[in-house]
Amino acid sequence: MSTATLALSTARIERSPSHTATIYLKEIKYEFLKNLRLRMYTASVLSFPLMFYVLFGLVLNAHQMIGGTSVPTYLIGTYGPFGVMGASLFGTAAGLASDRGLGWLQVKRASPMPPFAYFVAKIVTSMIFSGFVVLALFALGVLFGGVRMPVLLAVRALGTLVIGSLPFSAMGLALGYFAGPNSAPPMINLIYLPMSFCSGLWVPIMFLPKVVQQIAHALPPYHLSQLALGIVGGGQHEPSATHWEVLAAFTMICLGVARIGFQRDQEKMYG
Amino acid sequence: MIAVAEESQLSQRPAQPDSIVASLDGINKNYGDIRALRGVDFGVHAGEVVALLGPNGAGKTTAVKLLLGLMQPNSGRVRVFGGDPTNPENRMRTGAMLQVGKVPETLRVREHIDLFSTYYEHPMPLAEVLAATGLEKLSDRKFGDLSGGQRQRVLFALAICGDPDLLFLDEPTVGLDVEARRLLWDEIRRMVDRGKTVLLTTHYLQEADALADRVAVINQGEIIAQGTPAEIKAKTSGKRIRCITSLSVASVRQIAGVSDVKEDREALEIHAVEAEPVVRELLARDARLSGLEITSAGLEEAFLALTQDSARNGINRTEFTESRHPRPKETQ
Repeated sequence: MSTATLALSTARIERSPSHTATIYLKEIKYEFLKNLRLRMYTASVLSFPLMFYVLFGLVLNAHQMIGGTSVPTYLIGTYGPFGVMGASLFGTAAGLASDRGLGWLQVKRASPMPPFAYFVAKIVTSMIFSGFVVLALFALGVLFGGVRMPVLLAVRALGTLVIGSLPFSAMGLALGYFAGPNSAPPMINLIYLPMSFCSGLWVPIMFLPKVVQQIAHALPPYHLSQLALGIVGGGQHEPSATHWEVLAAFTMICLGVARIGFQRDQEKMYG
Repeated sequence: MIAVAEESQLSQRPAQPDSIVASLDGINKNYGDIRALRGVDFGVHAGEVVALLGPNGAGKTTAVKLLLGLMQPNSGRVRVFGGDPTNPENRMRTGAMLQVGKVPETLRVREHIDLFSTYYEHPMPLAEVLAATGLEKLSDRKFGDLSGGQRQRVLFALAICGDPDLLFLDEPTVGLDVEARRLLWDEIRRMVDRGKTVLLTTHYLQEADALADRVAVINQGEIIAQGTPAEIKAKTSGKRIRCITSLSVASVRQIAGVSDVKEDREALEIHAVEAEPVVRELLARDARLSGLEITSAGLEEAFLALTQDSARNGINRTEFTESRHPRPKETQ
């Protein structure tokens, strides 16, 4: 019946590449500033992994070893992914669920904003905050935990963890499309915390019950932490290609689910 | 209906069919079983201010969202600048102020405006937007620290910052106090002076009267009247007389020129075409009559009468607009 159904996907605005780049950069800049000023985000999400690290890595077990690796070094490979996961899940899901549920996304959609810019800003911002958490862990470890390693290895670990934010941003987008504005944060915690525990991010994986160790292999944070541990020392010595494959597959699945949510939203509004 | 709309156009400015910048044509929109819009025909011409006036839940916001391409109708045709409203080119030429539950609160006023300005090809300079919306002194404030009126002004600023030709304002002054409302009215008028076309929705009748060239009254998903504010008022012309009297409702109803009588607490509320002969008669019949008040039926009255009529009679719109005009009001 309606004549104007799919024009959205076909018609595009002719903008100069530099204008388009400016839009994406500003969208990222303001997404970053928005989250940076959100106490809920910086004070809780970003500082929790640091607090855990200080307590369990620097205050309590600083002089012990796990496998041939000092505890402060080892825990960078677990609290790193823990921080990355929190920064990414909360950075995408909470904002998206709120923007969707409370009308702000409609204001943006009524404007000539390129729709993709909104999502890219959320993903890139999550990567930036993920990088901050990992850098802060390294700084604490080097200054107070006697962590020493070649700079190149540290940079590789940082890069791996920042890229490792992607699966969790994808998961956050999927969650953001199926959670309400108020239910999103508790829902994220309900997934984030048990998943972190079972992946060996709080207690090293070898100290967990055998069943949990089995479960861990199905959880993306386990694979990210094994990649990080493989670099800083203390990994389970599984091939890193497997870890990357699992993370890539998980990312695709989450993006697929997010896409279903996106289309469901479009149809609700367009149908 | 169409006849009324065109008449009002002729009286205002020459109506050119090609000057229609946004239109709904035979629109039906359902949410499940709820029929939000039923056979709505409605157009906005270049350079005019149209108010879509109706109570909550009448379908005003649905109409705006259709025109913004945020929804699709179940049937009918939505056109903006002669094309599809979802066309990104059209989005460049339109600005929208919607009702929002939550705007990112940690961004500053100027940052919000800066970001939205970037989306457009030829945005207004930031200073100009701030000046036009009276936000100069608030530009460094975070959105979360603003009052309700200031927040509305920021949303208005986001709607105008791209210097669009067509503005959709959904309940722009809802929840504002009188002073904040007047400020926003001035800002809307300034946009009109710059040659913008404006469609605003409101349930403040005074607002439609103050701002609009043309008013479309919408109730329960149907447009029940269109015309200039004056024409809408004329449809239910007359005065409202309120007084405390010992006369019975039935006997007052007998007085010539009285169209309706209601008991309102201790007083009677009388609607009449002209006040003076009725008052003269009332005073003659009841020497002890007291608390006399006479007010003219404003748009508010007109609006109530129009919506009550359509609800009571379930009349179709064409009949309503064609035969309603001089029909004397029935008593309820």
